[in-house]
Amino acid sequence: MRRSRFLYVPFWATYVFLYLPIVVLVVMSFNSGRSAYTYEGFSLKWYGELARDERVRDGLVNTLIVAAGSTVIATVLGTLLAVGLARHSRSKLLDAIALMPAVLPDLVIAIGLLLFYGLIALTLGLYSTVLAHGLFSMSFVAAVVRTRLANADTSLEEASRDLGAGPVETFVRITLPQLAPGIIAGALLAFTLSLDEFVIAYFTIGNSEQTLPIVIYSMIRFGVTPKINALAAILLLVSFTAVIAGQRMTKIGEARAQD
Amino acid sequence: MKLVLKIDGITRRFGEVTALDNVSLEIGQGEFFALLGPSGCGKTTLLRIIAGFETPDAGTVTLDGEDLLSKQPNRRPISLMFQSYALFPHMTVAKNVAYGLEREGLPRQEVKQRVGEVLETVGLSAHAGRKPAQLSGGQRQRVALARSIVKRPRLLLLDEPLSALDKKVRADMQLELKRLQHEVGITFVVVTHDQEEAMSLADRIAVFDSGSVRQVDEPVALYERPRTPFVADFVGANNLFHGTASGLDGIKTDDFGMLAGTPLEELEAGAKALLAVRPEKLELAGESAARGLKGSVLDVSFYGGVSHISVDVPGRAKPVLVAVQGASSVEVGAKVKVRWKAEDAVIMAVDA
Repeated sequence: MRRSRFLYVPFWATYVFLYLPIVVLVVMSFNSGRSAYTYEGFSLKWYGELARDERVRDGLVNTLIVAAGSTVIATVLGTLLAVGLARHSRSKLLDAIALMPAVLPDLVIAIGLLLFYGLIALTLGLYSTVLAHGLFSMSFVAAVVRTRLANADTSLEEASRDLGAGPVETFVRITLPQLAPGIIAGALLAFTLSLDEFVIAYFTIGNSEQTLPIVIYSMIRFGVTPKINALAAILLLVSFTAVIAGQRMTKIGEARAQD
Repeated sequence: MKLVLKIDGITRRFGEVTALDNVSLEIGQGEFFALLGPSGCGKTTLLRIIAGFETPDAGTVTLDGEDLLSKQPNRRPISLMFQSYALFPHMTVAKNVAYGLEREGLPRQEVKQRVGEVLETVGLSAHAGRKPAQLSGGQRQRVALARSIVKRPRLLLLDEPLSALDKKVRADMQLELKRLQHEVGITFVVVTHDQEEAMSLADRIAVFDSGSVRQVDEPVALYERPRTPFVADFVGANNLFHGTASGLDGIKTDDFGMLAGTPLEELEAGAKALLAVRPEKLELAGESAARGLKGSVLDVSFYGGVSHISVDVPGRAKPVLVAVQGASSVEVGAKVKVRWKAEDAVIMAVDA
């Protein structure tokens, strides 16, 4: 069949629509002028300024702490949740409820957590955001691992039991290696989700700490400078690296599992 | 023969469906025992109960006189070879085979030695370092077998062991299984829906139908003296005639009058009965022969060693199947008579 060239037009138009703003953002981060809208020449001065900004540095550190901490929580609990749902429950309702936080509006989770923390009289801090992010990315991890479990061969686990391994040993030696690609993919998803999460972090973080998205938000209130573009460009780089690394590791894991 | 496995009154229901209905079997030391039946007859459920992956609603299973059902699968001295082989894809052949031994906490040196020995036995020493995905179907099966027997279980269960292999490899593996069973002296219980496989492998066969055992016998007895209509129909090709019992030398039928045969047990005159006669026991005679069923040849198929001749006999829905040695000179459309000796046809009761 002859492919119509005409059909390429919407395809490329979509691509431009998707990536043009990002390209503009990255280009303007190298602007030598003060405006974020008119390009005046190439310069790295905004990156330099960024490096000297203490608030930004603290925000970045906090963001990385929250992302790392919540990823650990979400990965461990999400995997256990997925295994429990797939192997030890037949309830469709439990299944649906477990994956619900993934589709709930962030605002609902944020307000709910804020009220809950108030109820148990928990002083807000970085750790309350770690818990909150852990909670909301847990269902994403569970969903990814669950898909992999659904395709996994249960007779492998039975074979392990048959050969003399107990349930825990079977889980560690047989189930986990089978799930590894899914777990890694889930962990990277959790990490990137936490990295740029604003609403839940804004509600649940203490007064003295700020994550990077919150820092950016408060900077924008005093006007947009190319400094923010530079910050966004760095975030973009981190997310891209995480996603690409995730895909690589999933592929390696899958190739290993099939070999 | 020393009794190894005793299954007594096992019943298992899944909702409305009764997968196993009061099944009892006894399997002896060193036996090669087959559970044969069509798919959905409950044979796999029984295998999973013995292995410990399924719990019966009623009944007991003992191994060497000890209760088995209260033990977890990993505490039973039983190995199961899965239909899918269930090899661990992330481990090498050697690691797969060593898995069971390592779980017993045996010293490394002994594990290594026993893995080496068993891989030698199944002829896979050269493949010890490969992953399952790098092996052919037949090789994978050998690994699964090696992994099961290396633990020296009291009982080895095999779930449709040959079904995933192509025909040529299957014939080789069949011989291999028999040789191995002989060599290691472990009691084998194989589940299969393939009656030829069961007949050629097993010392004794239990024929299952809808959750019940219909007959337990040696292959030859099962073939020559089926005791129930299901067995007569399921095991091998057969020609079946329905009628009523009539003395010791035949049954009375509506369409063909008296048919000659031998009852396996005394039947009450007038009771419903079934006469079964194997294709190779039938003889084709000319149209003018003194006795036999009149019919015309529908089809002649030549299989090399034997030929199958279908004869359409008026009054029967299915043609009568006749098997003769070598090529046949009968032509399609020829008028013939089909006859047999009374001692070659068996008569059994039909449950009303």
